[in-house]
Amino acid sequence: MASHAIEVKNLYKIFGPNGGDYVDAVKRGLGKAELNEKHGHVLGLQDINISMPAGGVMVVMGLSGSGKSTLIRHINRLIDPTAGEVLYDGVDVCKMSDNDLREFRRHKTAMVFQKFALLPHRTVLDNTVYGLEIQGVGKAESEKRARGWIERVGLQGFENHYPNQLSGGMQQRVGLARALTNDADILLMDEAYSALDPLIRVDMQTVLLDLQKELKKTVVFITHDLDEALRLGDKIAILRDGRVVQQGTGQQIVLSPADDYITAFVKEVNRGRVINVETIMRPLTGNPEGLPLAMGMVLESAARAMTGAHVNAAHVVDENGRPIGALDLPTIISAMVTPTSHEDKRAA
Amino acid sequence: MASICSVLPALLCKFPAIDDGTIRLARKTIDDGFKGFVRSYGDAIDTVVQPLQWFLNYLEGAFVASPWILVLIVMVAVVYYGSRNINITIGTALSMIAIGLVGLWNDTMITLAMVTVCTLISILIGIPIGILMARSDRVQAIVNPVLDVMQTMPSFVYLIPVVMIFGIGKVPGLIAVVIYAVPPMIRLTNLGIRLVDQEVLEAADAFGSSAWQKLKNVQMPLALPTIMAGINQTIMMSLAMVVVASMIGVGGLGKNVLQAIANQFFTVGFLNGFALVGIAIIFDRTSQAFGRRLQKHSEVIHG
Repeated sequence: MASHAIEVKNLYKIFGPNGGDYVDAVKRGLGKAELNEKHGHVLGLQDINISMPAGGVMVVMGLSGSGKSTLIRHINRLIDPTAGEVLYDGVDVCKMSDNDLREFRRHKTAMVFQKFALLPHRTVLDNTVYGLEIQGVGKAESEKRARGWIERVGLQGFENHYPNQLSGGMQQRVGLARALTNDADILLMDEAYSALDPLIRVDMQTVLLDLQKELKKTVVFITHDLDEALRLGDKIAILRDGRVVQQGTGQQIVLSPADDYITAFVKEVNRGRVINVETIMRPLTGNPEGLPLAMGMVLESAARAMTGAHVNAAHVVDENGRPIGALDLPTIISAMVTPTSHEDKRAA
Repeated sequence: MASICSVLPALLCKFPAIDDGTIRLARKTIDDGFKGFVRSYGDAIDTVVQPLQWFLNYLEGAFVASPWILVLIVMVAVVYYGSRNINITIGTALSMIAIGLVGLWNDTMITLAMVTVCTLISILIGIPIGILMARSDRVQAIVNPVLDVMQTMPSFVYLIPVVMIFGIGKVPGLIAVVIYAVPPMIRLTNLGIRLVDQEVLEAADAFGSSAWQKLKNVQMPLALPTIMAGINQTIMMSLAMVVVASMIGVGGLGKNVLQAIANQFFTVGFLNGFALVGIAIIFDRTSQAFGRRLQKHSEVIHG
């Protein structure tokens, strides 16, 4: 099953009875506050252009009111856009007929919700088969597939429990199992882990990462937590007031935040666990010396390995073991502590 | 008064009613029109509701003609399987035996048959209308005032057209009872569906549910506690109305009450009254216990 990329192009959403009338005004620079004050409409999203990688995890991050939940609901069109396109496999989701849309939702997308949104009168098993039941898959077949996923998310033995009898973390596992059982290319996760305790959240992130390694679905993950975004995201877009302020890999965002807003966010991040060795290595001159470090290793692990081996120098090797760069302990340490340039930016 | 009226123009003092002649004419026109309608379509309407008559007669016959012990066993079984509560079951058996001992068994059976049919019809009419109301604000805006009228209009008033169309008998009684008892069914179905958690509905949409699948899988099951409350209310109101409907020929306990009122039979009145109370409590406790049993899944066991 090859997943496809999702292209969001020039997407605008203006909430209110005559949203369409104000798109041009917003394009010409009408602000959110002014639109609300003068015309009584709320600007949800403006000029969103995001290309979500096929088979990768796209994280959309923002604080409450930034429009991130509105954005994810455009991908399966739970919300209709005011203007713009959402392309999946070359088809504009926003132009689908009701019938096509229903088929698209049944077979191509699955969604996990912040408040779980399980059916309280159905058992874990009956909740998990929901998507297949809607598709019209037979009971025996769908239960077999559902049981497999219930086991994968670690809920075996709870098949006949009702959601109310489970803790929040377990309920969200049901939500995840329900989405995965649907076997759709696109997995939409709307603040799926925000309602969970920090430890359980990390646990669930691991579950998702492990599954994603083999499933390679196109995942769209909404969160307000930068640590979560950096841990999960192959690509991250940061939303503020309905606008994308920066998008790129976690490395890019941590190392070169686009503005003060993102700088403020990034300041609290544990850089040692985010930045990879190849991001800060210098070009190789002469023979590779010291400890070989694999590409993709984070600085914290690199520093631990180097201090453990009592060496000051190391070189980075690619998947085939070829050396591609060099670095030393002071470079790693200085990259791990917040560089002065950020402090300057904040002072300015 | 007179002093104020002496300074005010006559128009503002005495309400300028439409003159008697015009009102009389309007009344006569409407009455004649309705009578004409009844004359031309009465038979057709009678034919349409004939199945109701058969159903009522059949059920009443079955209740009255069956040996009392059979009816009692079936009733106790239904109550037990509905409520799974031994107290309610024993209470049911004791009240029915008490009713039998004071010689009201047959009348109680007639009333029971009537209430059963009325409740079934109210559910059959009420739930679809309630669903339509929940789906459309416009339907709600139209149906709500109609329900207000049905609930506040004195029942004796709508007995008039019902009797004019159907004459006296069980079917007009049934229609009068249903008019009185169906509004809570409609209202609570509507309310129950409208109160369903938006998040869960969104999830159903996200998985591509059709409108019917959403209704069947999400809205109806989640609205069920409220709908059960509606059924409970409908049963109670049917029981209350059965007494009034005895004025137009419904038999059973209500007829005895009516006779007791007319003749000031204190004891007869209360005995029949208590028999009605007994049935009401049986229905109420059983349907509530059944409703709670359906909601077993909402019990929180874990955190």
